[in-house]
Amino acid sequence: MSLNLKTSVLKVDQPLELKSGKVLKRYELAYETYGVLNNSRDNAVLICHALSGNQHAAGKYKDDDKPGWWDNMIGSGKPIDTDHLFVVSLNNLGGCHGSTGPKSINPETKKIYGSDFPIVTVEDWVNSQSKLMESLGIAKWKFVIGGSLGGMQAFQWTLQFPDKVEKCIIIAAAPKLTAQNIAFNEVARQAIMKDPNWHNGHYLEKNVIPNQGLALARMLGHITYLSDDSMKEKFGRDLQKQKLNFNFDVEFQIESYLRYQGEKFGNSFDANTYLLMTKSLDYFDPIKDFGDDLNTRLSKTCSKYLIISFTSDWRFPPSRSKEIMKLLIHNNKNVSYSEIDSSGGHDAFLMENEDYFEIMRNFISGDNNGV
Amino acid sequence: MGFRNDLELISSWIKPNSKVLDLGCGDGYLLKMLAEKKNIKGLGVDNDINKIKLALKKNVNVLQLDLDTGLETFNTQSFDYVVLAQSLQVVKNPDKLIKEMLNIGEEIIVSFPNMGHWRPRLQLFFKGMMPVTDALPFKWFSTPNIHLCTISDFVGFCEEHNLRISQRVIVNKNQKSSLLIKLFPNLFGEVATFRLR
Repeated sequence: MSLNLKTSVLKVDQPLELKSGKVLKRYELAYETYGVLNNSRDNAVLICHALSGNQHAAGKYKDDDKPGWWDNMIGSGKPIDTDHLFVVSLNNLGGCHGSTGPKSINPETKKIYGSDFPIVTVEDWVNSQSKLMESLGIAKWKFVIGGSLGGMQAFQWTLQFPDKVEKCIIIAAAPKLTAQNIAFNEVARQAIMKDPNWHNGHYLEKNVIPNQGLALARMLGHITYLSDDSMKEKFGRDLQKQKLNFNFDVEFQIESYLRYQGEKFGNSFDANTYLLMTKSLDYFDPIKDFGDDLNTRLSKTCSKYLIISFTSDWRFPPSRSKEIMKLLIHNNKNVSYSEIDSSGGHDAFLMENEDYFEIMRNFISGDNNGV
Repeated sequence: MGFRNDLELISSWIKPNSKVLDLGCGDGYLLKMLAEKKNIKGLGVDNDINKIKLALKKNVNVLQLDLDTGLETFNTQSFDYVVLAQSLQVVKNPDKLIKEMLNIGEEIIVSFPNMGHWRPRLQLFFKGMMPVTDALPFKWFSTPNIHLCTISDFVGFCEEHNLRISQRVIVNKNQKSSLLIKLFPNLFGEVATFRLR
């Protein structure tokens, strides 16, 4: 069957109260859907994206060669099978791919928000996503699925709306960031804010972008997404030009790769969005936020969980996934856990891997054949 | 299922609506059966990802963990039963594992192949070689079974550690008992299953 890719924008006129205390009076959410919502409206899946993700998770746009970021996972006959499931993927609030964010016009000042756009948290995202759910006439998600920051959102969904998620798949995530994780984010933010084109976050008004800083941030981030082994495998110590030049130009393949990735990202992503996403990662700590209420919330949630980690992921290693697993076991929840052998590092959650895909496929289709 | 007939026996010991942790759960057969027949809430543990895949397909909750790294994931007395079916012999520290199981579960059920059966005894005696039988089909260099024991060994272990045996069933490979097994369990029994507290 065809993927049935549809792109839409939801306009919400109800104000959204943010965790910071600020209020977004109105906002838009750009989203895509794949597959068909069945008559009983109970086959819907929400895909939550990671740090630099967007709503384009699967399929190709007309005249575009590049498929969505999770095209290997979502589609006809794929683990998240659009022949049976209705998949919804949106751009998070504060993003730069069509949802209201720092690049949007602030209705109060009629100027581009820039760094005046309020910092949104995972909790705020889930609240905004619930509006999309309502507008689509979905009472309960069959699955909420995400990797990395997306996995944290999926987890948050089950805590915030304990009766609205049937099954939750949390991939390569953590219950909160460590000091080391926050440290990497802070270096990335500093790289952006030290760019001469930063202008306190109002660079668009000056018709410039802090692409050098954003490129550096991306290069740093990229290193943490790969593993030592995968870098060795992919680049080793291979040189661009067969010999050393004794200067500071690009010499090793890895340097060229990082510079290319950085440059590409620096020119296409929004620096304020990047800052905002790293902050929501840093702030994420549902165990602390819910405090004594956490166990009550967990006792209410009827979700069934699958948690997946990758052996070579050092950004959110298996031990971090196990923290979520233990919390759920101690609260008597239905939980499964799998640790996938992979050299792909944190990015393994985006890569094709037989074990990983079969685990996903079996959990998704295992219950009732045909969904 | 061949030798996994012990799972039918274990299943008969488990009370309806209880909480069961199955260590070395394989494809989740026991938990699936118990969920359907007795409405238990089950959780399996296995370290083989191919087994995890099969268990997930059966809609069994399962954790991919290594028993040798311990059971610190689970809280004290958080299960009614902790089952270790035919996996005692593959773990690094069976004594430590049994103690941890007793901490987690109100009752534990352990089954294992009996090395004291006459067939392995004869093989060792006459051939002078490590026994290879239907129950223990591996050669010495590739066997996952690193802590094999006899029924007498296990009973001795329980006495030494003050473990109370509330029931034991010793059978042949067809899951049947006989007069010979009753008279000389350690010589004629092939699979032993113990209930401990």
